[in-house]
Amino acid sequence: MLTLLFDGIAYGMLLFILSCGLSVTLGLMNFVNLAHGAFAMAGGYATIVLMSRFDVPFVATLPLAFLFTAALGLVLERTLYRHLYGKSHLDQVLFSIGLVFVAVASVDYLMGSQQQIIKLPAALQGRVEILGVNIGLYRSFIIAICTVLVVVLQLILSKTRFGSRLRAAVDDRRVAQGLGINVNVIFAATFAVGSGLAGLGGALGAEILGLDPVFPLKFMIYFLIVVTVGGTTTLTGPFVASLVLGVADVAGKYYVPAAGAFVIYTLMIVFLLVRPQGLFARAR
Amino acid sequence: MTATEETAMTIGLAAEPASAGHHPAPATAARVVAALKRRRRWRPLEAVFWAATLASVLLLPSKHLILNEIAILGLFALSLDLILGFAGVISLGHAAFFGVGAYCAGLVATHGITEPLAGLAAAAALTALLGWATSYLVLRGTDLTRLMVTMGIALILGELANQMAWLTGGADGLQGIMMGPVAGWFEFDLFGTTAYAYSLSVLFVLFLAARRITNSPFGLSLLSIRDNPLRAAAVGVPVNGRLVQVYTLAAAYAGVAGALLAQTTQFVSVDVLEFHRSADVMLILIIGGTGYLYGGLVGAVLFKLLQDMLAGFTPQYWHFWIGIFLIALVLVGRERMVGGVAAAVRRLARRT
Repeated sequence: MLTLLFDGIAYGMLLFILSCGLSVTLGLMNFVNLAHGAFAMAGGYATIVLMSRFDVPFVATLPLAFLFTAALGLVLERTLYRHLYGKSHLDQVLFSIGLVFVAVASVDYLMGSQQQIIKLPAALQGRVEILGVNIGLYRSFIIAICTVLVVVLQLILSKTRFGSRLRAAVDDRRVAQGLGINVNVIFAATFAVGSGLAGLGGALGAEILGLDPVFPLKFMIYFLIVVTVGGTTTLTGPFVASLVLGVADVAGKYYVPAAGAFVIYTLMIVFLLVRPQGLFARAR
Repeated sequence: MTATEETAMTIGLAAEPASAGHHPAPATAARVVAALKRRRRWRPLEAVFWAATLASVLLLPSKHLILNEIAILGLFALSLDLILGFAGVISLGHAAFFGVGAYCAGLVATHGITEPLAGLAAAAALTALLGWATSYLVLRGTDLTRLMVTMGIALILGELANQMAWLTGGADGLQGIMMGPVAGWFEFDLFGTTAYAYSLSVLFVLFLAARRITNSPFGLSLLSIRDNPLRAAAVGVPVNGRLVQVYTLAAAYAGVAGALLAQTTQFVSVDVLEFHRSADVMLILIIGGTGYLYGGLVGAVLFKLLQDMLAGFTPQYWHFWIGIFLIALVLVGRERMVGGVAAAVRRLARRT
């Protein structure tokens, strides 16, 4: 029971790291980016390639995966995404679906369609018993990393100048611009970091979530659930939403495997009906 | 340009002359009636289009199987056009209705009622009911919420179809569908000739209905909702009621399309409810252009041709090119690309 909770929390933390970038994209630029999962996949494959071709140890690949996807995000933001901020949601959806298709087909072509396996270092394998709770070492590793990241992100957001500019821009883009905040630069930076985090999440999660070319399609709905249910104005909302989603998904799959994904989807629809603006959003 | 003026432009209303200021209401009503009548008139190009489809039945006997698929996709895209092109509702889960229609028609057939038209009617009724029930979920919220809710509904239904193997055959698909002759007369054949003629007739009849519906005051009210829901509500259009109605109608159309697929291929798999169906149908509609009913049909033809061509070229990776195409389409500007072609066609039509 507690083991299940622990696994669920690890899963939820992972979802948060994967999707917090998306929440900022959506909140700041009102941009519906269905291709967010493609960045996560890029991170996962970066780790795979580094480990198998260049013999880089697993833990060392994680920052590299972050940097790689952040750079990728920055390039795409400056070249492609930038042109779409003013366009309709339909255009954004079409564009990002197109991007997903391209990513899926390219990865399929380059890496093959089979599921990729990550060889974890021996230190991270296995389980230990603590107070009768069976704890996976790798999952505690994920939880540790994600906790640190959450704290750092929260501190950046609440304590630094960049953070307050970002919050101002999310709250009201036009007023922030009027006050002399360069929203485009903030956005480019945030997009890069968000993509990088997704990439890191993809690398971390390759072992738990599985990694194959259809990853962006398979997990798109999860990211979107986190963001829409959690709302886009704070980090707390998506964080709580990811934890709930993670625990509900793990528990659902364990206790009522027949119900499969129903629990999640039904919960999502109910949430959206009751709180269309997200769990913690202020009413506008 | 304001949204109302845009709507006025799309239906071909001239700007109101300044001298009509004294009694604007009756004059406007008369002009709207005249404009609707103008829209309802058949243009030569439309006749050419339908003549060409009729000719394809007679002249391309070896291609009837793929033409049948095109007709079905066209009907499916037409149904999406009703809500996206006319009412401005974005849906990423339109396959929900397509799939339910397909399963419904398949199950009706496996349970002993082999008359295809009865299957169509059952599928239409069931999907209309489903559309009506879910329309209330779709009404709420913004574009993003709508995307999520429509997608969620399709996913739930897909999961249901997968789990209820005793009814739907699960992952193996629904097998053993035997269809009787259409209207007790036309037997289905191996070459898909009856199938194509059947699908095409259904498509034509439903197209006529959609054409009549969209060129009516009801259709105009939908356009005004699409262009500016707030203003539409302010001038007295019952926004929510209209959206429910058109969503229900579109659901029934999609259901019929799915039923046609089930009946003509005599097989239904979980694939009919999958996400890529919803994405593909949106793509088809976008290729052809939204909001003038022919978009879905033209798009279906282009999509299948493109698929055939690219699949021959790089079988496994044809989605790559579709993706590139989508990105290019959006970056160049959908209006500019599709609008340019539409304008050219219009010029051509005016000349003939």
